[in-house]
Amino acid sequence: MILIENILQSLYTGVIVGCIYGLMCVGLALIFSVMRVINFAQGESLMLGMYAAFFCFAHLGMQALFGSYVGPFISALLAGIFVFVFGIVVYEALLKHVTGMRVANTEGEGHYPQLTLTLGLSLIIANGGLLLFGSAPLTMRTPLSSSAWELGPLFGTDMMLFLNQGRTIASIVAIAVAVGVSLFISRSRMGTMMRAAADNPQAATYVGIHVGKSHRLAFALGSAITAVAGGLIATYYPFQPYIGIEFVIIMYTGVLLGGMGSVYGAFLGGVTIGLVQQLSTLVLPHQLQNAAIFVAFLLILLFRPQGLFGKSVDRV
Amino acid sequence: MAIICVASLIYLILTWMIKDRYYQLMFSIVPIWALVGVAWNIFSGYSGLLSFGHAAFFGLGAYTVALLMVFFNISPWFGLVASGFVGALSGVLIGWPTFRLRGHYFALAMLAFPLALLYIFDWLGFQEVTLPMKREEPLLYMQFEDQRLYIVVAMAMLISALLINLALAKSRFGMALLAIKQNEAAAMASGINPLPWKFAAIAISGAFTALAGGLYGVVLLIVTPAAVFGMLSSAQALIVTLFGGIGTIAGPVIGALVLIPLGEILHAELGDKLPGIQGVVFGAAIITVVLAAPEGIWPWLLSKFKKASTDELPPLGLNTDSFVRNSVPAPTTGKVLMRVSDVTVRFGGLYALKDVNFDVMEGEILGIIGPNGAGKTTLFNMLNGFVTPVSGQKILIDQDITQFKTYDICRAGIGRTFQIVRPFKQMSVLDNVVIATFFAQSNTDKAYVMAQDAIELVGLGSRLNTVVAGLTTVELRLMELARALAPAPRLLLLDEILAGLGSSETEHVLKVIELIRQTGVTIAIIEHTMHAMVRLADRMIVLDHGQVCAQGLPQEVTNNPLVIEAYLGKRWSARAQH
Repeated sequence: MILIENILQSLYTGVIVGCIYGLMCVGLALIFSVMRVINFAQGESLMLGMYAAFFCFAHLGMQALFGSYVGPFISALLAGIFVFVFGIVVYEALLKHVTGMRVANTEGEGHYPQLTLTLGLSLIIANGGLLLFGSAPLTMRTPLSSSAWELGPLFGTDMMLFLNQGRTIASIVAIAVAVGVSLFISRSRMGTMMRAAADNPQAATYVGIHVGKSHRLAFALGSAITAVAGGLIATYYPFQPYIGIEFVIIMYTGVLLGGMGSVYGAFLGGVTIGLVQQLSTLVLPHQLQNAAIFVAFLLILLFRPQGLFGKSVDRV
Repeated sequence: MAIICVASLIYLILTWMIKDRYYQLMFSIVPIWALVGVAWNIFSGYSGLLSFGHAAFFGLGAYTVALLMVFFNISPWFGLVASGFVGALSGVLIGWPTFRLRGHYFALAMLAFPLALLYIFDWLGFQEVTLPMKREEPLLYMQFEDQRLYIVVAMAMLISALLINLALAKSRFGMALLAIKQNEAAAMASGINPLPWKFAAIAISGAFTALAGGLYGVVLLIVTPAAVFGMLSSAQALIVTLFGGIGTIAGPVIGALVLIPLGEILHAELGDKLPGIQGVVFGAAIITVVLAAPEGIWPWLLSKFKKASTDELPPLGLNTDSFVRNSVPAPTTGKVLMRVSDVTVRFGGLYALKDVNFDVMEGEILGIIGPNGAGKTTLFNMLNGFVTPVSGQKILIDQDITQFKTYDICRAGIGRTFQIVRPFKQMSVLDNVVIATFFAQSNTDKAYVMAQDAIELVGLGSRLNTVVAGLTTVELRLMELARALAPAPRLLLLDEILAGLGSSETEHVLKVIELIRQTGVTIAIIEHTMHAMVRLADRMIVLDHGQVCAQGLPQEVTNNPLVIEAYLGKRWSARAQH
């Protein structure tokens, strides 16, 4: 009985947390599918999102305006806007020079400047964060974080499930944002242009699409989406400037699982990773939670690198 | 080599004069990170597979030395040797699953290993492993009173790594790795099996990185997971090399010499007021290098001092002095060289080739024509091993080569040129061609002779040492032809070698092809330039929509109504009659 209760609880938490991870992965997947660049700085977008959300909440008055229940979630969304602008600035100042049309069609070697640039970015942002924000962990907890809806007794037994309110609402917000993003990508003009630029940059140029601008939009939007996820995570998890590295592998595993070319797959991949993480606590000690994710990561790379929905596979 | 000895001596003398213990420590860390950079370069700089996970080797080396000393009382002198082996072994173990991946996937996978190890070592309880002080026998346990002795040990390791790097760079090993880096497909088509080279590279790289990690542990006397397995360690290996110059020998050393002291000084002076300044500076350094001097500081400096060669190259040897004047074609021997039976190639639901049947006769020139999208290049990709048929066979003389990999097909005697030329861009013409001879000739001098002969044959003799990036289209095509020809293949596959050439260039290439045929090589050639094809080809095959729609002598094929309908067009045939 207790075992089943634990399993059900882990399943629920796994899906809830997974939705937030899914949103995080969508941001990365967007950047990868359009720009074909592994963005090492994605973890830092997450971190910036957390700090921006906190800033909005505590210092920009969101807490005052919307109270402690809704405030954090509004702040998370606002954080997205901040990081979007940041993404545009970073692209124009730095990334533009190593990405866009000139790199879109090169084999292998053309992508290394992008990789290393984002690595440098990651170092600057993470350490810059340490410099600016200090190393003391922060959270944006709400009263909802420590309250839970009780579900049960279930199935005529005395099993009870506790649905954490804060996280549940966070996951609903995450799903909403993900749906919004997917609508934008599939229905709007800019979204269609982005998809064209992702699919075939040369052809896109021939029909008048500015590939560089699409890349810029993808980068800014992808960073913003991950930032929103960060803001949501900040409502239940303490953060500090180096938190990016903790979540980077989760993001990459999720995107890989979903398939490197697929934005929708990335969301599902994130949910799956959330499940893996939570379910692994049933059998593994807590510290090895992330090790379980690495194992999943390696297994996927070895046996199904195209993931569940992926299109292209760069295999030898 | 002399430079290495002199520079090291200078470094040792200069650092001997330092009295401050902290700075002594710092200057022993510099060669350690230079060593990691050199080791990283041996693998990533040459193979082009960027490893973001060298921290795994670094950390494993550090823990090997530390744990051996803590639990088994084994001196670091032996511990270091052990860590070298651990590094090499882990290199092979890590490489084994990850080498199947390319590009992004490889970089990601390499990223995961050290991070996973971090969590595992944390969990195992090794958060802080301190090397015990051995006051009774300090020398036996590598615990020097005089910090400067550490510098000597570090320099010794660095020098040996540099010497090995030097030896490798000029060897087949280095050239094979560079070829794989610059164009893996072309390397495979030239008979190089990339995998053994990659394993060798990562084993050597892992061993040296682990040695560096081991010494790092000894010098600092303490090993923590974050310090050795962390992102900054992996990044430092990369940054130091990229900053200094990727793929060069001096690069990582220069990078370490500049960046490490900079980082340490910043950390020491400003660390408490501005924590993380080290990371910011490293990040900024890497971004600056990527934007301003992508090859690294050292190559950038070199390019400023080397004057660009502005010598006018003589025009290609279009004078046919070296060509045989015999215009009567050698008779075909009538034996089947290669038989392709019922070959079908599918890409998902699309049949690129369907039930394709034809023979290639020994000594002939077989022309393959057809509209765009008919499957001609796919046919070559299938013959060459880049694509495997879902059904059917291809038999070379009496060997079934259907399932052979590309490099094995090259070794079996099939050479190929590509529709879009695939040169090893940073290498000279001679180096490009000689790479293809390595599998056929173990004596390097003879290999160079074979290469030179092939280059002379195609008429590129005056371009022997020109770097390929500066060649014209026709020169590139000829270079690729020489490369395919150099290991003396039995069958040459030429994919649209005449495309886009002017009339005199076309004449030259046609003469070269004739000459090649006279040496006994069979040729299969895809072309659209019909007037050239009817002159050249003994027999022709027409492909349309993945199937052979006509075969036979050029006269028959060009008058075949099906072929006229599908490809040639009535106007061409009308004009061709005259």
